[in-house]
Amino acid sequence: MSQILKVAMPKGRIYKKAAELFRQAGIPIPTDVDDSRKLIVELPEAGMEFILAKPVDVPIYVEHGVADIGIVGKDVLMEENRDVYELLDLGIARCRMSVIALPDWQPGIQQRVATKYPNVASQYFRERGQQVEVIKLNGSIELAPMIGLADRIVDMVETGQTLRENGLVEMEELFGITSRLIANRVSYRMKSEEIQQLCDQLQKVIQPPAASETQEIG
Amino acid sequence: MSKPKGFEKPTGVRDYLPHVVSKLRYIEENVLQSMSQWGYRQIITPTLEYYDTVGVASSTSDRKLYKMLNNRGTTMVLRSDMTTPIARVMGSLLKEEPRPIRLAYHANVFRSIEEEAGREAEFFQTGAELVGVDSPEGDAEVIALAISSLQAAGVQNFKISLGHVGFLSGLLEEALPGQAHEQEALKDRLLNRDFVGFREQLSAFSLSAEQRAELEGLLRLRGAQDICRQALEISSNPQAQASIRHLCQVWDVLEAYDISEYVMIDLTMIGNFSYYTGMVFEGYAAELGSPICSGGRYDNLLAQFGRDVVATGFALKTNRILDGVQLPLPEPEKPVLILYEDSRRRDAFAHAADLRKLGKMVVTEYAADVEQASATLADYQEIVHFVNDK
Repeated sequence: MSQILKVAMPKGRIYKKAAELFRQAGIPIPTDVDDSRKLIVELPEAGMEFILAKPVDVPIYVEHGVADIGIVGKDVLMEENRDVYELLDLGIARCRMSVIALPDWQPGIQQRVATKYPNVASQYFRERGQQVEVIKLNGSIELAPMIGLADRIVDMVETGQTLRENGLVEMEELFGITSRLIANRVSYRMKSEEIQQLCDQLQKVIQPPAASETQEIG
Repeated sequence: MSKPKGFEKPTGVRDYLPHVVSKLRYIEENVLQSMSQWGYRQIITPTLEYYDTVGVASSTSDRKLYKMLNNRGTTMVLRSDMTTPIARVMGSLLKEEPRPIRLAYHANVFRSIEEEAGREAEFFQTGAELVGVDSPEGDAEVIALAISSLQAAGVQNFKISLGHVGFLSGLLEEALPGQAHEQEALKDRLLNRDFVGFREQLSAFSLSAEQRAELEGLLRLRGAQDICRQALEISSNPQAQASIRHLCQVWDVLEAYDISEYVMIDLTMIGNFSYYTGMVFEGYAAELGSPICSGGRYDNLLAQFGRDVVATGFALKTNRILDGVQLPLPEPEKPVLILYEDSRRRDAFAHAADLRKLGKMVVTEYAADVEQASATLADYQEIVHFVNDK
């Protein structure tokens, strides 16, 4: 008998794209779940149970095994560094992590970087031999260089629209971001058939990156 | 950090109240009993060791070791596992002991942790080491003992995953001959369970489509004995072939033990390369989010302590079993209560001693100390009065 998979799904931006991908892969996810406010949704036809979580919490649920698998952005995985299997690049919610500053930025004596991703930012600058002060912010990161809280920021860029509107420029790209399918260490073994089957179904419908983006990988 | 409040203790350590201790003892006694039935004798080693000996040789990463200075300024560590202290004993006190040597242990070990709930700084491991047996028989005996220990602990629904570090090494050497750096990058990805990164790395290297398909196929090599046959076809590298043949032989021995139903072969499971040298395994229980046991062959560790012999071992993560697994615990025994007063004290104690000889649990209370209301029969098997009626 096949076992129910507990899936930690990220609420918000990524959810609809992920649910759509599941549907393309032939997994019956009703569309009315998309706008529901329920936190736990049973999907017996799909053999799944969705746990709707804040995206940054998805790897925590999966690491502790309260969810078997989860869908989460690479940005969160890099920042949280959790002990989970990263099984598939789903190719959705494609964007990038970048260093951003005002166009006239010059390295100062005391460099400050504001970000929602303090671990990612610290590691990036350390690897480049730069000692910077990292300030953690929780939103509207673009404000920091504009009002003088920091001279650079590290943040996710999707279209670059917000940056342009606020007169900021992308200086360097850290890495590309897409959503990933992750699995708990024990579930990956105890529910190996269900998880492998889901991977195979999803792999058939995953869109490869557009030609202009392929060279950035690696 | 502000000064701790009176009730606080360091993150990652815990108090064990009586009902938890009885569950812990149940696991410990049953598992050690099972190990002793397989001829594994218990060993106790010190909690404190030198950093330069056991600390450096252990598989625990440096930042996870608890280090301290003694009064002479020598760096000490709290033991982070039992395998390394046992290796030290093998190279010293047991140096002349004829092989094979079978040892068992139950001990607390220490790991310095990130401050977060669910990660423990002090926890119990119950395990065994088989020293001096090189054959698949030895590997299979240790797996069989691990299964028998999990059963003795009362874990109902579990699986063991079995892999071999030599298979991947051989496979990579064949695909990327002499390119140690590239091989390391791929191993790192697998060790971090990052399959996406593994595939990305593969496409970054100049490999033939066929080789890439083979290496990607590695991620699917999980299942029963037929996986061994598939794996033999994938690689013609001698090391990879030898590793798989070894696993096949281990599997045959497991079948003779009649326990192969608990085991699945998983060639993506590779363990810590700097430590394990052959087969590796992990145990999983359905109810728990992280493994409940792990082990493998580590043939190079003992040489660091001056005795170059092979060894295989495993440890149960006893605390995880304690916290997460429903065990068939016996109903706790209720004591007999004897209430007495001055004039009949001697009779009361004599009666208590008689009952204790019969194996009963007896509590004696001076009647004047006890509020009659609290001594209800519900807490006791029986209440006996050595009190003169007024």
